[in-house]
Amino acid sequence: MSFLTLSGINKSFGANTVVRDFDLAVEPGEFVSFLGPSGCGKTTVLRMIAGFETPSGGTIRVGGADVTALPASRRKIGMVFQAYALFPNMSVRDNVAFGLRIAGMTRAQIDARVAEMLDLIALGHLADRYPYQLSGGQQQRVALARALAPRPNLLLLDEPLSALDAQIRTSLRDDIRRIQRELGITTVFVTHDQEEALSISDRVVVMYKGRADQIGTPAQIYNHPTTRFVAGFVGKLNTFDARVAGADSLAFGGQEFSGLRRAGLNAGVPLTVALRPEALSLHRRPGDELSLPGRVQHSSFLGSVIRAQVEVAGQSVSIDMFNRADAKLPVAGAPTEVWFTRDDVLVLPEVSP
Amino acid sequence: MAEVSRRPPLLSILIALAGAAFFLVPLIATFNFSLRMTRGELSFAAYRSVFESDTFLSVLGFSTVASLMAIALGALIVVPTAYWVRLRLPHMRPLIEFLSLMPLIIPPVVLVFGYVRLYGTSSILPLTMTETGTNILLVIGYVVLSVPYMYRAVDNGMAAIDIATLTEAAESLGASRPRTIAFVIFPNIRSAIVSGAFLTFSISLGEFVITSLLNRPAFGPYLVQMGQDYAYQPAALAIMAFAFTWVCMVLMELFATRRPGQRLLQWRAPRTVEKAKS
Ligand SMILES: Nc1ncnc2c1ncn2[C@@H]1O[C@H](COP(=O)(O)OP(=O)(O)O)[C@@H](O)[C@H]1O
Ligand SMILES: [Mg+2]
Repeated sequence: MSFLTLSGINKSFGANTVVRDFDLAVEPGEFVSFLGPSGCGKTTVLRMIAGFETPSGGTIRVGGADVTALPASRRKIGMVFQAYALFPNMSVRDNVAFGLRIAGMTRAQIDARVAEMLDLIALGHLADRYPYQLSGGQQQRVALARALAPRPNLLLLDEPLSALDAQIRTSLRDDIRRIQRELGITTVFVTHDQEEALSISDRVVVMYKGRADQIGTPAQIYNHPTTRFVAGFVGKLNTFDARVAGADSLAFGGQEFSGLRRAGLNAGVPLTVALRPEALSLHRRPGDELSLPGRVQHSSFLGSVIRAQVEVAGQSVSIDMFNRADAKLPVAGAPTEVWFTRDDVLVLPEVSP
Repeated sequence: MAEVSRRPPLLSILIALAGAAFFLVPLIATFNFSLRMTRGELSFAAYRSVFESDTFLSVLGFSTVASLMAIALGALIVVPTAYWVRLRLPHMRPLIEFLSLMPLIIPPVVLVFGYVRLYGTSSILPLTMTETGTNILLVIGYVVLSVPYMYRAVDNGMAAIDIATLTEAAESLGASRPRTIAFVIFPNIRSAIVSGAFLTFSISLGEFVITSLLNRPAFGPYLVQMGQDYAYQPAALAIMAFAFTWVCMVLMELFATRRPGQRLLQWRAPRTVEKAKS
């Protein structure tokens, strides 16, 4: 039984429909991310789960109970905001204790729970400080402790790392995941950063224009995107216009390749073929079966990676190769072959725009 | 531009001095005059005479109580209104702001005549018939006069914090709307309310038009009466009123710049970091 279920959720603001036919089932203890560009409706879905917005249609269930019409204050859902939203008039200790006081716990229970939560985020020594005396990263950790203190059923985080600088972002990201695992709390995390979503989630929901375009594990999303949008948004991508050439062959880049299945489509149907930069190489590696001829445009040395731009069939293709001590930088203007395997070819149902 | 600003701004200094003189010379003259009640020497006799008067103490007491009630009532009306407008009706803010300015546009005389007609002898709510009723009208009048200041102060206080997100944070932690207002919103705009309160206090303490037309034994009419009957005492009263206003301003400033966890007059000591564990 899934713990959080969204079925047929729709949401309109006036004539503007921002969430459409959104279905999702989250397992107990699962960490799910909503990933998508700004304005695609991630926050709106999260706010409907929290109870800050009412869906125009559909139901939301938590632990089997329909909470669609329940006010936010009675849903027992912990929420972490991008802008921290700590209570400025309260110390760290009082911020974390707030939900416990509301729940009517005794002073001793509150003190014990607050100490436990501050230990969890390693900020016990700052218990008496006020929010304005803390750094952004510290404030967000306090916000996390405050949300978790009353033992909510669900934890929701809306771009909690977006306001922080890069280094803190990664370390806090790992902290969030560690704490989430320790407590086993079912979590929904909103981000527009694909690396963030891929690195901490059990599953990722890629959203596009108010819909869940694809739902899957980070590996599924990255390796087997099912729509052109997902393929393009998650990671970098080279795309080719392609068409079905035969039962098991596709034509793209001026060549025909067999052994690429596209069941049920007639010859001549247009498709998109996508190749990740890291799937391509200018040297034939073991397992490389297919290649396209091209000409090196330029190349750059990025430390662990050598990045080359190669002109293939009239378009520019990015290639990322691991650097090795004996690797030579490709020379601009030189003719070359671009190698890849059949498995690397992502065949997507939509034609590129 | 840069060249001008490097020269000593002689003209600016002159203007500032002229402005200061415009303000300070009458003040000093009044103060000097207030000290001359006893012929041939400078003394605080006029002040003593004011303080020895029973009327002074009773009108001051009356006005203080009325002003404090006006502050409480004003805050109770303005804070939830400003909160609700910011949270739920943000597009209405310009309208509400305009409405809050009405008391500055409509003269108090009009207001009080309206009251007397509406709540007079023949009305269904004849407030002016009883002492308490008239006092209630007076407090309401003070509230109306102070709304422009109270609303602005509170609204500015709310602009400084993200009340929408703070409200949501409190609600997700289980707090009801009244609790959210009481424990999260109110404490965070307390300094704004205090500024509004001091402004309300200084307006209503010396208010004359409404007070005298409702015939209340308050400070404003007393000041005017003194001005007609005596020479030195009114000067002393003016100086005291002036000093009082300044004390209010200073207190407002202190409250406004205070940060959470600091006492009012606390010296900003380097903060001490406590040992871990609570
Ligand atoms: N309260 C609202 N009123 C009207 N439109 C809104 C409101 N909240 C969000 N929207 C619109 O809904 C769309 C999705 O917003 P949001 O869920 O915040 O996107 P995201 O979090 O993915 O960036 C946006 O086009 C936004 O303008
Ligand atoms: Mg958002």
